[in-house]
Amino acid sequence: MSVLVLLEQRGELKPCALEAATAASKVAQAAGVELNAVYIGQSLADQSAELAGLGIAKVYAYENDALNYYSNDGYVPIVRDLVQELGATVVIGSASALGKEYCASVAARLGTELAQDAIEVSWDGGLKAKKPVYAGKIVSEVSITASPAMVSLRPNVVKIERDGDAVPEIVKRDMPQVSLRTVLKEAAVAAAGQIELTEAKVVVSGGRGIGGPENWPVVQELADALGAALGASRAVVDAGWIHHSHQVGQTGKVVSPDIYVACGISGAIQHQAGMRTSKLIVAINKDPNAPIFKLCDYGIVGDLFEICPLLAAEVRKALGKE
Amino acid sequence: MKIAVLVKRVPDTASVFQIDGDQKSVKTDGLKFVMSPYDEHAMELAIQLKEAGKADEVIVVSAGPDGAKDVMRTALAMGADSGLLVTGDGVESLSSRGVAQALAAALKDFGAELILAGKQAVDDDASQVAERVAELLEYAHASVVTRFELEGTTATVDREIEGGQYTLELPLPAVCTIQKGINTPRYPTLPNIMKAKKKPIADKNLADLGLSGDALNSGIAVENLSLPRQDRLNKIIEGDNEVRVKELVRMLKEDEKAL
Repeated sequence: MSVLVLLEQRGELKPCALEAATAASKVAQAAGVELNAVYIGQSLADQSAELAGLGIAKVYAYENDALNYYSNDGYVPIVRDLVQELGATVVIGSASALGKEYCASVAARLGTELAQDAIEVSWDGGLKAKKPVYAGKIVSEVSITASPAMVSLRPNVVKIERDGDAVPEIVKRDMPQVSLRTVLKEAAVAAAGQIELTEAKVVVSGGRGIGGPENWPVVQELADALGAALGASRAVVDAGWIHHSHQVGQTGKVVSPDIYVACGISGAIQHQAGMRTSKLIVAINKDPNAPIFKLCDYGIVGDLFEICPLLAAEVRKALGKE
Repeated sequence: MKIAVLVKRVPDTASVFQIDGDQKSVKTDGLKFVMSPYDEHAMELAIQLKEAGKADEVIVVSAGPDGAKDVMRTALAMGADSGLLVTGDGVESLSSRGVAQALAAALKDFGAELILAGKQAVDDDASQVAERVAELLEYAHASVVTRFELEGTTATVDREIEGGQYTLELPLPAVCTIQKGINTPRYPTLPNIMKAKKKPIADKNLADLGLSGDALNSGIAVENLSLPRQDRLNKIIEGDNEVRVKELVRMLKEDEKAL
């Protein structure tokens, strides 16, 4: 018996991989079994320090430039074989856009069950997970008796915790011969320093209340002050004010930042589905009856064109940025 | 070329959901059921491929109770040629693994070169049935697709990742799950709605697909349903703008230690 965590990398180990390892470590401790990890991609060498103190005994590293980028054909057979070799009884991955495909494919090859996009995972004589359903209006707690029990963890819901600085043993594995049916033609990745919505610690979003696309700078200034990613409501995406990749909500991205600031967003159910697992929610809206005020921790009823610049300045002051 | 589109009948997420007495299911009475929104984009893509002469036949496939035929009729009115419903005792209690096994078994003889589905269904957000079908049928596959082009037997797709996208070439047969933004699903016209009533929907029984008894046992069970966290502070900050903003930043920094 053991727990295996799938370490997600996209050019580098992603925070969601370390979050999954933190969650997996707690499961392994509660079950009294060892935690191992599998890493597939370019050389892990410079990054192994990132894996210190996470309670991982061994990292099975399949280092090969041909698998820098996720590929079903490349990754899934490796994990299937490793799970069987180790007799892993729990497998935990990340519920990123790639991670969900990765976990679903591994679960299919192993013929086992999987709970995707969990916001909590625990061990209580068996694996349990909590996950939002029905646009986040209901939380479902499931128990998985199939083996291995698989869960993918929503990014940003678990805080990375380290205990000491013990570095896992790196077990280098030869890459098996795989033929990749799917060919990667081009990878467009976020520019360095650009903060991706689902991984951001702070998200500032704009809705109809911003009045028009020419007013994004008002929201962007606040986002910059907070070091935040820029989000948007469905209404403004549908109106063509900003690209769909910024949409937070049921038909957009699901975010769980430490602070979520909604500017001029009424807070329709469809938007709530994408942000209600945020740790702190701040709402700025001129309509005191906007549903967002029922969901927020802190609310300011007022004109965002006055509040946002003042708030940006105050945040810069508080963070010593000016 | 034949295309199969996997669709699911789900409650409209604008509905008010009430947890049933057993704490394990939601009350279904009064809920309005619709085609899962991402599936509409998959349907639209299939119809566009047919209109462009790149596909000969589009079949809409679902697993569920007889009521699922309502949304299949919508798909037929959008332009699908026929339907295939996997149904029978136990179909509603199937896990994603079971649904995928049933769909893969039902699709085996159809010989679809392309299978499309929404990137997830918006009821259980399980996000795995189409990927499982691909793995079971040993098709190449890609998820969260935002652009799809077909040339001969090669599909070129953009698949979304955090902060970017990969452009992939998949050889057919293939499975793709579709993201919003790829197209605008059409509204069925009245004549097409009338025509759809005459299009065939075949039933396939789980038992006939070799799925009965133990094969239906799922290894995942809902233990409890609850409402999401209800402990938000709901604190409305009063005062003039300068005062309120200072107070908010103070609370974020000192009380919440979030800055």
